[in-house]
Amino acid sequence: MSSGNALQDLADRIVAQAKPGEQVEAYVSRGGETSIRIYEGEVEHFVSAQSESVGIRVIKDGRTGYAYAGTLDESVLSEVFAEARDNVQFGSVDEWAGLAEPDGVAKVPQELWNEELAHFPTAEKIAIAKELEKLTLATDPRIRIDDANYDDAYGETAFATTSGIRAHGRENGCYVSVGTLADDGDETQTGFGFSVGRTPTEFNLGRAAREAADRATRLLGATKPQSKRTTIVLDPYVTAQFLRVLSGSFSGENVQKGRSFFAERLGESVANPLVTLIDDPTNPLAYSATDIDGEGLAARRNVLIENGVLKQFLHSSYSARRGQTRSTGSAVRTGGTPGVSCLAMQLVPGTGTQEELIAQVSDGVLIQMVQGLHSGVNPISGDFSTGASGLLITNGQVGAPIREFTIASTLQRMLQDVVAIGGDVDWLPMSANGMSLVINDVTMSGA
Amino acid sequence: MSTLSELVGKETIEKVLAKGRSTGAGFSEIFIEDKRSTSAGLDDGRIEQVTTGRDRGAGIRVVHGETTGFAHTADLSEAGLLQAAEAAAVAAKQGSGGVVTVALGGIDTHQVNDVQILPNEVPKTRKVELLERANEAARSIDKAVVQVSAGYGDSVRRILVANSEGVFAADDQVRTLFRVSVVASGDGGMQTGYDSMGRTIGFELFDLYDVEELAAGAARQAVTKLKARPAPSGALPVVIKRGSGGVLFHEACGHGLEADLVGKGASVYRGKVGEMVASSLVTLIDDGTMSGEWGAIGIDDEGHHSQKNTLIENGVLTDYMWDYLRARKENHRQSGNGRRQSYMHLPMVRMTNTFVINGTSEPDDIVKATKNGVYVAKLGGGSVNTASGDFVFGMTEAYLIENGEITEPLREGNLIGNGPQVLRDIDLLGNDFAMGNPGTCGKDGQGVPVGDGQPTLRVKSLTIGGTAA
Repeated sequence: MSSGNALQDLADRIVAQAKPGEQVEAYVSRGGETSIRIYEGEVEHFVSAQSESVGIRVIKDGRTGYAYAGTLDESVLSEVFAEARDNVQFGSVDEWAGLAEPDGVAKVPQELWNEELAHFPTAEKIAIAKELEKLTLATDPRIRIDDANYDDAYGETAFATTSGIRAHGRENGCYVSVGTLADDGDETQTGFGFSVGRTPTEFNLGRAAREAADRATRLLGATKPQSKRTTIVLDPYVTAQFLRVLSGSFSGENVQKGRSFFAERLGESVANPLVTLIDDPTNPLAYSATDIDGEGLAARRNVLIENGVLKQFLHSSYSARRGQTRSTGSAVRTGGTPGVSCLAMQLVPGTGTQEELIAQVSDGVLIQMVQGLHSGVNPISGDFSTGASGLLITNGQVGAPIREFTIASTLQRMLQDVVAIGGDVDWLPMSANGMSLVINDVTMSGA
Repeated sequence: MSTLSELVGKETIEKVLAKGRSTGAGFSEIFIEDKRSTSAGLDDGRIEQVTTGRDRGAGIRVVHGETTGFAHTADLSEAGLLQAAEAAAVAAKQGSGGVVTVALGGIDTHQVNDVQILPNEVPKTRKVELLERANEAARSIDKAVVQVSAGYGDSVRRILVANSEGVFAADDQVRTLFRVSVVASGDGGMQTGYDSMGRTIGFELFDLYDVEELAAGAARQAVTKLKARPAPSGALPVVIKRGSGGVLFHEACGHGLEADLVGKGASVYRGKVGEMVASSLVTLIDDGTMSGEWGAIGIDDEGHHSQKNTLIENGVLTDYMWDYLRARKENHRQSGNGRRQSYMHLPMVRMTNTFVINGTSEPDDIVKATKNGVYVAKLGGGSVNTASGDFVFGMTEAYLIENGEITEPLREGNLIGNGPQVLRDIDLLGNDFAMGNPGTCGKDGQGVPVGDGQPTLRVKSLTIGGTAA
């Protein structure tokens, strides 16, 4: 049996070696990247790299073993298979262990491969990064450049399982980014800007340059605010990061293992009725759009919260079996066993621009950047505390810049305290969209 | 497991280095890595799986003027390596130069770590048993413990570095790690506890440390926090327990002392060598030679021996940390801080084990001298903006200090401060130095193992990001 694709053939060949009683999954991939960094008009580094990997999962009598290697070299493949088999004996028996099985859900095709990018000349990639550096420098005399970058990557993956799943796909993409420094006397502040595309012709270099300069210069002269309870308006970029923090709490596996504060709350109000949150990797506007999940099942649209009410949890085939339900196509590969995660979170937008939302706030803060979400937020307890910087809001107008403060609440409360959602949707290069979001009654800690 | 110099011969390496310089580049380097790792995880009472991994390949770096070209390959045959060298050479400079030859001397195998029991020679059953012991120990602490996850990991990383300036060195880096996280549930919701241990040694880690004790500690942390009240909001004195606050220095000044960031003017510490940048109590060291510590290395990932470097002495900034490129550019000596995550990454300036040495105060006296404040027993991660100096770090186990005594537990939150200000605000330093938990430091998308440490200390004012007035 030949698929006409070398990678799929390789995955098929591995799986064909399964012995009676063994369930086997092979996940093979290869890819490459170009990374160009410009500094002061010259190429600082140029990285051109190829990589490949194989992961083999073996399940026998309810026990799972896994092994991987960063090469598709034939001599290593047999070692990997042998290791995975050897590892089986050390796993506990788990009655729900197993591979995904074809579920008849049709894939929503996505256009993830761009021929233009695949053949884009290297010299032009360098020129784009140089142009971005130049444009950014020209925005403001206080601006210096930390680095200007062009990056692209392509990847090709193939799955095969003894349960009959076969999936093959390839994807490429590119982005540019620029880091800035703005000086005023002894003070230095930083900013960044970026633009993402399926091909470099989709870049908006002007916007990336402006945003990189704005982010740095607007913080010059910022002071540390007094501590108080206040209303915050999150910039779209911050909203997207906030949504990502919530992602794990929708995982059915986390619910089953007692790690989600949403457990036992299906059908209940968990957020302000303004909030409708979906996970939809089939939306081609989403940066992380995909046609398959981490087990090779069709990716699909799942409503998580509808008008404030918790509607469902997400499942891989493992958590679905355990919870006697169906996979929602939400498996992700983080290590050996597939985990469960949101793939492309989307908060359904409201109406109004950021200015219109701010006009409704008599006393508050526009949060433009956050720092330390990984260290100050506990998605299990829901405790939320993050470093931030932004602009004070007084009587519906933005004013002086502030920095070196934190905002704190709990995730549970913040969902209930959402009072307005903007219509200013931004499809950011992460697995959540963003728009302006107004949340009441958070604690700002400063001087 | 054959050594790397058996796998790739010296003659091949010389050819590759020569090929790297063939387009006229002044410098070429090959970094070969063969890393085997084993991990095992327990969650929800089950051993989920044992995983073994193998990553093997070479990264080739070519420097032409100010431009670095880099290519990597998983193909360690001479043909594969020469192809990667050519790609790196072309990346550094389009066009062709002359024929170059490179000759290397004998290999330098510098070791600082003493490994007793190679983890890949230990039966997997023994690794899995550790997880089960940790699970039982954590669950036996209290009925409120509802979930335990434990992880075991080891890696044997063999590296070989050679460059056109004659560096030819190898190191074996063996690391062993164990971690436990616990969820406890009570009337007020769920709370978590976490602890980990890791050294650059082999399986003898478990002769030196007790997994039950580690697990029990993580469980007690989670259970204690069930009764925690919201952390304060605003500026207060903060006492940080020994061995838990090294991340403070890592973020408040460590990154800002990396010469690549300094060189680009992206550090608040630029141009400050010889100046007072911290309280005179503070002497800060970065030491890659501390045998067995998590950030210890025989050679860095550019083949330079690890070193003990004094960064701040009695409050005065003495030097930055350096890698090959930055040292060459500024005519400075290298300091053994050129590190990379793997053969697929370019090296850059990174910390190793970063710590503040002992002061003279008794730790109990530091608490007694603090009327009202916060006592942090366990810090989480952190991050810093090196240009502005603003940094945050999380407190995962903290208590209120009232009238000079440690009282009630607090819920989690971030602390925020400005590096140079916080360094000046350290007003008491204990005599009870300890190294902290194994860490992974992220910079520019690369993670490397780092250690940190400090004695109990007080910062006279830090902003605590809680919700209580």
